[in-house]
Amino acid sequence: MTAAAVFFYLFACILVASAFMVIASKNPVHSVLYLILAFVNAAGLFVLMGAEFLAMILVVVYVGAVAVLFLFVVMMLDVDFAELKQGVLQYLPVGMLIGGIFLAELVMVVGSWAIGPGIPSAITAPIPAGVTNTEAIGLVLYTRYVYFFEVAGMILLVAMIGAIVLTLHHKARVKRQSISAQNARTPQMAMKVVKVRTGQGLGSNEISSKDAGSAA
Amino acid sequence: MTIGLGHYLSVAAILFTFGVFGIFLNRKNVIIILMSIELILLAVNINLVAFSTHMGDITGQIFALLVLTVAAAEAAIGLAILVVFFRNRGTIAVEDINMMKG
Repeated sequence: MTAAAVFFYLFACILVASAFMVIASKNPVHSVLYLILAFVNAAGLFVLMGAEFLAMILVVVYVGAVAVLFLFVVMMLDVDFAELKQGVLQYLPVGMLIGGIFLAELVMVVGSWAIGPGIPSAITAPIPAGVTNTEAIGLVLYTRYVYFFEVAGMILLVAMIGAIVLTLHHKARVKRQSISAQNARTPQMAMKVVKVRTGQGLGSNEISSKDAGSAA
Repeated sequence: MTIGLGHYLSVAAILFTFGVFGIFLNRKNVIIILMSIELILLAVNINLVAFSTHMGDITGQIFALLVLTVAAAEAAIGLAILVVFFRNRGTIAVEDINMMKG
């Protein structure tokens, strides 16, 4: 058994086991951590296949961004997750049925697949020899698939704006800086000249009106 | 023994099945459902990259990159909707999300 086979079985077994724990774990925080483990092992599989760039992108995007986003949301929402696990056994039979049907179909496909005779001649972008994986992707991504690349960037922009617009909300009680109101202030609005008579001091109504004037 | 295309396709098939199974099993928790969708997309990516490296065609890896982009956008939007829903209703149970009576 070669080293590649050993590492394949190592990554594949941990990947499948952690994927099972994602859906079976009682605590959602543990689910997110198992999801991170699954993505790291999938990145290992990508390296074994020879797609190093996608492996690193998987680690950066999924482990660095998406999984941390999940972790933030799970910890931010104050939900009684034990209550959410109540009806699991109720859905177990139908879940087993659907999952079993899916697995049987996929096993049938995987067990008896064959690559058609015309497929090797239909390859559109063969991997050039002598260049790294990253360079090979870059040679194609910015030329043949540049519109796809730009649409992907547009999708990310829309997702970013949408997420910000959805979750941003102004609380009414929080005092915020109003620059236009500050710039519109004049000395007449901010100050009030009061003539104080000797021995009498300021009256209570004078003080309150002065405070109101400075606050405005 | 050599590790061929069939091995990677088997792993992806098992991963896809766990994703579908997770959606049916955790009918109450939206966060687990979103994580199951991520698992399904990961299985699709493994399939694309396996075929790409086996056939010697770089296009599969480009598509896997695009799938990755859409998965990240989907997770961000889904979690934002989840946060807004929790802020308005105080729950994320799927059975309580029935305002539109769809």
